[in-house]
Amino acid sequence: MSRGARLLAVAGATAVAVALVAIYVADFLAANPTPLRAAPAPRGAQLTLQTVASYGHDPHPDWVSYLARDGSGKWHHTTIFKVPAHALVRVTVYQYDTATGLRNPFWSQVRGTVGNTMTVDGRTLHALPPDDASHTFAIPELGVSVPLKGVGDNAPNQCSVAPCTAAQAHTTVTFTFRTGNPGRFRWQCFVPCAASFVFGNGGPMQSIGWMDGYVQVV
Amino acid sequence: MTSNLAPAAAPSGEPHIRRLIVIWVVLSAIGVALVVFALGPHMPPWTFSDEARDQRNINIMLAALATPVLLAVWMALVYSIVAFRQRGVAIVDGTPIHGGGRLEVAWIVVTTLIVVSLAVAGTAALFGTTKGAGGGQGPDPLAVPHGSLPPLQVQVIGQQWAWTFRYPAFGGVETTQIAIPAGRVIALHVTSLDVNHSFWAIRLGVKADAIPGSDNVAFVRPRRPGSFRIRCAELCGLWHGHMFTTGLVLTPAAFSSWIRRQVVANAAATRTLPPYSTHYFPEPLRRAG
Ligand SMILES: [Cu+2]
Ligand SMILES: [Cu+2]
Repeated sequence: MSRGARLLAVAGATAVAVALVAIYVADFLAANPTPLRAAPAPRGAQLTLQTVASYGHDPHPDWVSYLARDGSGKWHHTTIFKVPAHALVRVTVYQYDTATGLRNPFWSQVRGTVGNTMTVDGRTLHALPPDDASHTFAIPELGVSVPLKGVGDNAPNQCSVAPCTAAQAHTTVTFTFRTGNPGRFRWQCFVPCAASFVFGNGGPMQSIGWMDGYVQVV
Repeated sequence: MTSNLAPAAAPSGEPHIRRLIVIWVVLSAIGVALVVFALGPHMPPWTFSDEARDQRNINIMLAALATPVLLAVWMALVYSIVAFRQRGVAIVDGTPIHGGGRLEVAWIVVTTLIVVSLAVAGTAALFGTTKGAGGGQGPDPLAVPHGSLPPLQVQVIGQQWAWTFRYPAFGGVETTQIAIPAGRVIALHVTSLDVNHSFWAIRLGVKADAIPGSDNVAFVRPRRPGSFRIRCAELCGLWHGHMFTTGLVLTPAAFSSWIRRQVVANAAATRTLPPYSTHYFPEPLRRAG
């Protein structure tokens, strides 16, 4: 092979390798869902979420997921939320999934919210029986951790396609947390609520946009 | 092997070996002094705990031993480039060397002595000073440190993706932060609830695997109050990179009030916890899935 041909081959192979890396990085960056801004509310913001046992659409119809509602009442498949800094963020979660139970009952206690409490269907609680948890909403770096009560296994009219509606079986969980300085904080669910590897820590538990995301304090 | 090239004219009469030895001794003396006294105090994992200090001392010893070897190699290279450089246009081989039995015996004996004494020193340190080198000794530790008080048990629980800590001596309370008293031997019982994690607190000199179903015991005696960074050192999923936190070493009095506050603050969770156990996996079986 001539020197020119060899140079061309090396340059070509390098270009292909660089292109593959670029595509991988671009795909990784684009994989994150679009952030949703929490609706303004007195002294802060209101974040309205729902959880559904199975999303019901592509790319993973059978994956468990969170969704978020914008100011106009439309539901979006995202787990990246923008909330104001140094403000009170009131969170309402419509919980449509049944209970899975906590792997570590430690997370049954409400932590890091105003008063270290939540309300479940209007009742104020400090903790939940660990087996009743369907998911948790936890922002570890802010110390926020709230277990979410599942609907009964035999509840009528259960939801299996997002977005779920008020007429379908659900529990309503509310809590408020205070934000500090701006920053990006990851949040996650601590219930092994998905499928596959070791009792349910695979798939949606490992994917931003489903059971994990970011709270962007801006 | 013979060369079909004309042997280079060896610079004759020059005392290369004696010169090399003199340079090597001088450089080694300077190098070892620099390693021990200038670099040594800054070597990780520093001196925050007994174990960290002993590991650092071993790092200093290894670096000090390696320095003369490294200098010998570099010096031989540089000296050869300068003294035995082929000048002029002809590129020819040097004179072939045959035999050299005394030299061979010498380097085999010296390297064997170095390696064997390092093995002896390392093994002695594992049992004597570093007490398992902070790596975790599994459920039945062989090297147990002795203190005036029995070791304080602290369970380290890895889970996707957080560390929690359990104190069996204080009602089995579980916390999201770890605090330990200065001056007392701590027995860290490291385990996991799901996949493998690794509890790495470099300033404590501890890096112990967190394995589900296993009780990995690592000892540490922090020497003074302060804080230490904890990271997960085993790729464990989506938020592996976020699995860090800060631990505290407190005075015994401050630790007493800290743990009392934790018992109160986590009372609701403690009531729901399973009894303290050295490991929790694979229970609870009926959950999840
Ligand atoms: Cu979940
Ligand atoms: Cu980990």
